[in-house]
Parts: sequence; structure tokens; C-alpha cells
Amino acid sequence: MTHAPSTAESELRTPGDSSPDAPHGASGEAIRAVPVRHYWRWVGAIAALLLAAAVIRLFVLSPNIDWDAVREFLTVHRILAGLRLTIIYTILSMALAIFLAVLMAVMRMSVNPVLSTISWLYIWLFRGTPALLQILFWFNIGLVIPKLWIGIPFTDFFLEADTNRVITTSVAAVLALGVCEGAYLAEIVRAGIQSVEFGQTEAALALGMKRSLAFRRIILPQAMRAIIPPTGNEFIGMLKTTSLVSVIAARELMTEAQNIAAQNFLTIELLIVAASWYLLVTTVMTVGQFYIERYYARGSSNRDLPPTPIQRMRTSFRRLLAPGGRPAGGLGATGPGGVDTIGGRPS
Amino acid sequence: MNSTAETRSAIPMVDAQSVHKRFGRLEVLKGITMTVPAGAVVCLIGPSGSGKSTFLRCINHLEKIDAGRLYVDGELVGYREKNETLYELKDKEVCNKRAEIGMVFQQFNLFPHFTAMQNLIESPIRVKGETKAAATERARELLAQVGLEEKADSYPRQLSGGQQQRVAIARALAMDPKLMLFDEPTSALDPELVGDVLAVMKGLAEQGMTMVVVTHEMGFAREVADAVYFMDGGVIVESGRPVAVLNNPQHERTQLFLSKVL
Repeated sequence: MTHAPSTAESELRTPGDSSPDAPHGASGEAIRAVPVRHYWRWVGAIAALLLAAAVIRLFVLSPNIDWDAVREFLTVHRILAGLRLTIIYTILSMALAIFLAVLMAVMRMSVNPVLSTISWLYIWLFRGTPALLQILFWFNIGLVIPKLWIGIPFTDFFLEADTNRVITTSVAAVLALGVCEGAYLAEIVRAGIQSVEFGQTEAALALGMKRSLAFRRIILPQAMRAIIPPTGNEFIGMLKTTSLVSVIAARELMTEAQNIAAQNFLTIELLIVAASWYLLVTTVMTVGQFYIERYYARGSSNRDLPPTPIQRMRTSFRRLLAPGGRPAGGLGATGPGGVDTIGGRPS
Repeated sequence: MNSTAETRSAIPMVDAQSVHKRFGRLEVLKGITMTVPAGAVVCLIGPSGSGKSTFLRCINHLEKIDAGRLYVDGELVGYREKNETLYELKDKEVCNKRAEIGMVFQQFNLFPHFTAMQNLIESPIRVKGETKAAATERARELLAQVGLEEKADSYPRQLSGGQQQRVAIARALAMDPKLMLFDEPTSALDPELVGDVLAVMKGLAEQGMTMVVVTHEMGFAREVADAVYFMDGGVIVESGRPVAVLNNPQHERTQLFLSKVL
């Protein structure tokens, strides 16, 4: 406003307006006010910190935990071999689960009632029974089907083998984990596909695309955005679920930790060793998930992508070093400046 | 019925004979008969729920009709007739026929994970088997035609509604259709963006494209259409030249509808 407002007008002024006769802050000066002190927040924080410290102290200084043993067994060969198997089981069973999930999700939505019923039954059965039970079942499948055979009719091709020689502990572990997980993932995939608007299918069909082409090029890529985050979650869940296959002595991390503990009675120490490795790997996976999600968020929003932790650190660091910069806003502050450096532009 | 000035001897682009369509127990189309000559622009108007959009979707077989006959360019839609028996067409044949009919939707339905350019070239390459170079060149021409040459690398979300709809029109044109269907193309747009889209459609009509347009834009109908059909309750209540239907409606229901929208 450039003219001096009348009394009536000034009473109607909205908060955003400024006028020459306003007493303070007229020129858009930043507000400097004494903040409200939240004393109870401090009390709560201190109480929580004390409690946490007491719990940590209880473990760290406990005479019943041999921390040197923990350090020693952390990198012992059997533990590392077990860790390697844990990671292999995780990857293989997730690969099997993803394959089954996409297949079952597509079958579930099929107009063919036989296919959709089979898919429904699969999900019903494997999601409705405990994973531990399924692992034991696959491990003992030889009791039901003693021999496996494969042959092509009207030819001499015929192979036969003892089930127990084909379904080894490792195969049983991967089959059980993968088939079980596939049932959960199938629902995630189906929800993802159904989250894509029907108008997309319609537009694709109107352009002369066949259903399969429309699914592959138009629907699935858009569904991925909804499928990826929960799948990352399931991946992390799977890493921990592999510990269940210790019941069939599958020689992964948990089995090995328990086996060693059975020999030297350092039960807690070896559980801490296993826990440390699980935590380390899940942490690495969480970081990986952050970057994958960030990648699939591209094009989904016209806003800037959130800065990565490294970009955030770089921004704060630069702000601290900047001549005349205000260090007060430095550490941990993620103002609009944090977004500026995404392209690696020098500020 | 057909009051357009086209020659009657030529095969009409769309020929509907007593088309019926029902969803469950609800009969949406109760005998639609209409002829659209090649090169004509026909506007379908009427209250929502009158069956305009459903009829449009029947033309490219996105909906199956339940009774009557529907021909596009002299060929039955979705079926083959032999010795008075109807045979359903295979998916591939249906797709090939749809590829010759362009469709523009109220909600644009651009592919959000593709840029404007990718939206335009996807179908020509994968359905018609064009080379990427040829498709890209043609796409640039079309984007220029709708005034969005510089937006080739933009994603749909970076475009305004009006720009998205113009890209959607260009996408349909990229398949070189012989018929264009428009399903309320400006209904989802802010008022100030409607003009650009209508201008593109008008240009298309001037080039001689056969168009069936479901719209509430009476100004466009009056200016561009060769014939206007007023639909209500699944039947055509009144039809004829735009001046006749819009300025001097004979039927009471038409009068009532027009008094509300004009």
C-alpha cells in the first residue's frame, strides 16, 4: 500500500499488509522474540537419558558378559561363513518371492477364474500358516514324496532322484522362505498395480496397445513406485527371518552362533555377535532403500527431491565455513539451501 | 436425420444403427442411430448420465454393445459378420482397429512416467512398428502443431492442464487416426485454458479430420460442428444443424437443458 490508509481501512488490514504508520516490523524486518522455554521437555529428556545410560551400563559393565569373547567371535571364520549364507539365502529367497509374487498378482487379477482361484489359494495357504512350520515341512517333504522324477512323454528322457538328495537343507530353506514371502509380496504387487488409475489402461488400449504391452510399458512402471518401498521393507524382514532356518541347521548366521554357544556356553556373547551382524547388514540395506526410493520418486512429483544425508552434511559444512555465514543455522539445519546443492552447484 | 452436407453415397465414418448398451440392469443406451460422414464434425450434448460418453467408448470398442449394429468406416466394430453369424474379433484385430481411432479423455490420461515426447512416440513405435527416428520427427511436427514444441522433454506434471490436453491430442494424432473421439476434452480445465484446446480442435476440424465430440462448449458446437445431437436418458432427443438445435430447439427437454447451460 502506498497511500496512507484511513482509520476504517487500517482496521481491516490483513496481517500480511504493512503500512507506513505501523509501529514495528514495517519494513519486513525479521522477528526477534524471546522463545518460550519448555522446562518439562528438559526434565523428560534428562530422565530418559539417565534411564538409557543405566540400561547400557548394566550390560557394558556386567561381569556376566565377556566382551573380549564378543570381540573375538565377531570375526571368527564360522560366523563370517554363516553371515555369507544368511545373505545368500536372503537374496535367493527374495528373488524367488518376487518372481512368484508378480506371477500370482497377475493371475489374481486375471479374468480366468481358474487362474485367479489358484492364486487365491496360494496366498491363503502360505500366508495363513507359520513360516517356521513351512520350513519344517519343506525340509521333511521327502517323507511325503520319496522320489522326484521328471520326464518328457514319448521320449527316452527321464530323470529320477531321491527327494532328500534334491531338497537339501539349503534348497529347503530357500524354497520355504521364498514361497512363504511370495504370498505376502503378491499382495503388495497387486495393491501396487491396482493403485495405477484405470484411465491409464484405457488410454493405452485406445492407442491400440495390447493388454500385455500396456501392462509392461504403462502399468507396471507406475506400479513400481508403490511396490518398491514395502518390498525394501520385506527384504530387511527377510534377512532376519532367515534366522528361522536354524531349526533345520542350515548353517547360516543364527545356526552358527548357536552351535558355537553350545560348545563354549557363551550364549549371550554369541547372541550379541549375531545381533551385531544383523544390525550392521540391515543398516546398510536401509541406506540402500533410501536411495532406491529416491530414484523411483523421480517424475512422480514436481517438487525437488529430498537431499541425501551426504548432501545435507555437505551443505551444513559449507555454511559453517562460509565467510560471514551464520553458524547458528549450521549443524542439522535443512533450510531451502539444502536443496540448492543437489546438482553439486558451488554456492 | 443426417443433415450434413456431405455426399450420401460415400461410406460414412461412423454408422450406428439402434445401438443398445446396458450395465447390469441399467440400460444406458436405448437405441442410438446416428451417421457421421467422413470429414464431418459432430457434437454430442446433453446432461451427464445421458449416455454420451458411453456411446463414444462403444465406437472404439472400449465398451461392447448389446444390441444393434455399429460400423466404423464400413466395418463392424468388434465383430465379423459371416452368414448372418457374428464372430468376436481377436484381441489383435480389435487393437489394430483401435489404433486407427484417436481418443482424447476428460482427464487427459497422459502417461506420467514418460515425457511429452515419449508419450507421443510410444505407440507409433510399439504398435505400428515405426522407427524411433521417424516417430520422433513426426512427434516434433505434432507438438509444434499444438503449440508445445518446446515442451517435448517435460513430464506431464510439469505442464498445465491445457498443455497436457494438447499433448494428449498430439499423442492421439501421432497414430494417424482416421477418426478422432473427444470425451469432454475441456471439462477438467480452468476456464482460461479452455480456449487453447478448442483452438487446436478447431484447426483439426479445418484440416478435414472426422471428429465426434462430447462437449458442454456450446460456442464450439455452434462454430465448428456440422451436426449437433442432443442426448438424454440414453436416446437421441433432437439432432440437426447447430443453429437449428441450439438456437431453436423443438423439444422441451432440449429447451430445458439449453436454458441451463447457455
